Amino acid sequence: MREIAYDDLVKSVKAMVMHTASHLPEDALAAIEKAFQEEKSEVAKSVLKQILDNAHLASEEDRPLCQDTGLAVYFVNVGEDVKVVGGSIRDAINQATEEAYKEGYLRASTCDCFDRHNLKDEVGYNLPAVIHFDLVPGDKIEIEYAAKGGGSENVSRATVLAPAQGKEGIKNFVKQVISDAGPNPCPPIIVGVGIGGTFEVAAKSSKHALFREAGTPNTNPDLDAFEKELKEELNKLGIGAMGMGGTQTVLAVHIEKNPCHIASLPVSVNVQCHSSRHSHITL
Amino acid sequence: MAEYHMTTPLSDEDVSKLEAGDIVYLNGTIYTARDAAHKRLVDLIEKGEQLPFDLKGSVIYFVGPTPPKPGEPIGSAGPTTSYRMDSYSPILIEHGQKGMIGKGKRNEAVKEACKKYKAVYFGATGGAGALIAKAIKEAEVIAYPELGPEAIRKLKVEEFPVTVINDTHGNDLYEMGRAKYEVKD
Repeated sequence: MREIAYDDLVKSVKAMVMHTASHLPEDALAAIEKAFQEEKSEVAKSVLKQILDNAHLASEEDRPLCQDTGLAVYFVNVGEDVKVVGGSIRDAINQATEEAYKEGYLRASTCDCFDRHNLKDEVGYNLPAVIHFDLVPGDKIEIEYAAKGGGSENVSRATVLAPAQGKEGIKNFVKQVISDAGPNPCPPIIVGVGIGGTFEVAAKSSKHALFREAGTPNTNPDLDAFEKELKEELNKLGIGAMGMGGTQTVLAVHIEKNPCHIASLPVSVNVQCHSSRHSHITL
Repeated sequence: MAEYHMTTPLSDEDVSKLEAGDIVYLNGTIYTARDAAHKRLVDLIEKGEQLPFDLKGSVIYFVGPTPPKPGEPIGSAGPTTSYRMDSYSPILIEHGQKGMIGKGKRNEAVKEACKKYKAVYFGATGGAGALIAKAIKEAEVIAYPELGPEAIRKLKVEEFPVTVINDTHGNDLYEMGRAKYEVKD
């Protein structure tokens, strides 16, 4: 059994979290640049220019891209032949999150659902992190990370369609969600769609779909075609950058599909703002 | 689409000439408040008590900035989604507020208040928090420090860039812009 020291895990995750807050990854940057080139509206183009200027400034001066530095969301694949010594993986990730958010001057955004008080003093600074674990073969730990903002999360929706509604029903649902969202989730956006599984599997898949690099094709050719069709449909809505009206509303649509119950067709839409701050490491 | 440079406090005359789509560079003092602070301001108005700042001609920025690095006035400071303030804004507008800065749609009550009492809703670019912070020269918490990022801050701004979304004539840039680019099958 391979061993990884707890402190090494903390150090690696912390560095990733701090870096991600101020450095927009290449895939997001390239997608926004492409939208800037293709946009027809002058107003939307000027917004996209501001977004690109902001990304360059944030990176050069090591400043958070956005004041909403998100909840820290992780997908962790733990190999069956590796163990962390000196503490638990969950504790290491939470500790790394807290240290990175504090030392990086990032915002603590976790609060109580009812009285809304910030949990930074009693639970920890921007804690708890949202961690989805999976067990996989091998002796590595793979960690995918995203700083997920609230504005785009607020417009995300899930439903369970009747199987007869099929692909057309999925298309209509996705279109309705993005149309209703309008300017609110900070377009241009990336749209994660989870199809199938059970209710919660669809939701989790729609989140995980956002971690894929924008602009990379879906490995399933049918889904890849469906993604392109959805993107074209959504861009017809005319919402544009920050909702000012334009041709470039959606940077990419990413779908994850799972087998489902014979009676159901769960669908979830998770929206990612243009500040798509994500990263991954393998230990 | 016109471009203006304006200094706060804003007058009825200032805001009446603005139209949806105009670009405005704001100078002077603006105040920050999110939902929790708005609730407290409205509670004070309802009780007839004094507010922590003068609403007359004021501009309120919906923002919860990141903590400042040492030696800097503020951290990243882009707009938050405005609909969460929809139930409070009309009351503040009725009592003299002239401008709001945020992102995203407002409800009919806010748009109606903008027409009736002469106020405008400005949009700033969401997710451009590092860039926008450059226009903020000073920041001081003047009320509710216990709210952390949601405390009320007094900001001194220079050439703070915003776009008029809802004007005093009932226009809405989001609706106008989308109508222009929507492709109907």
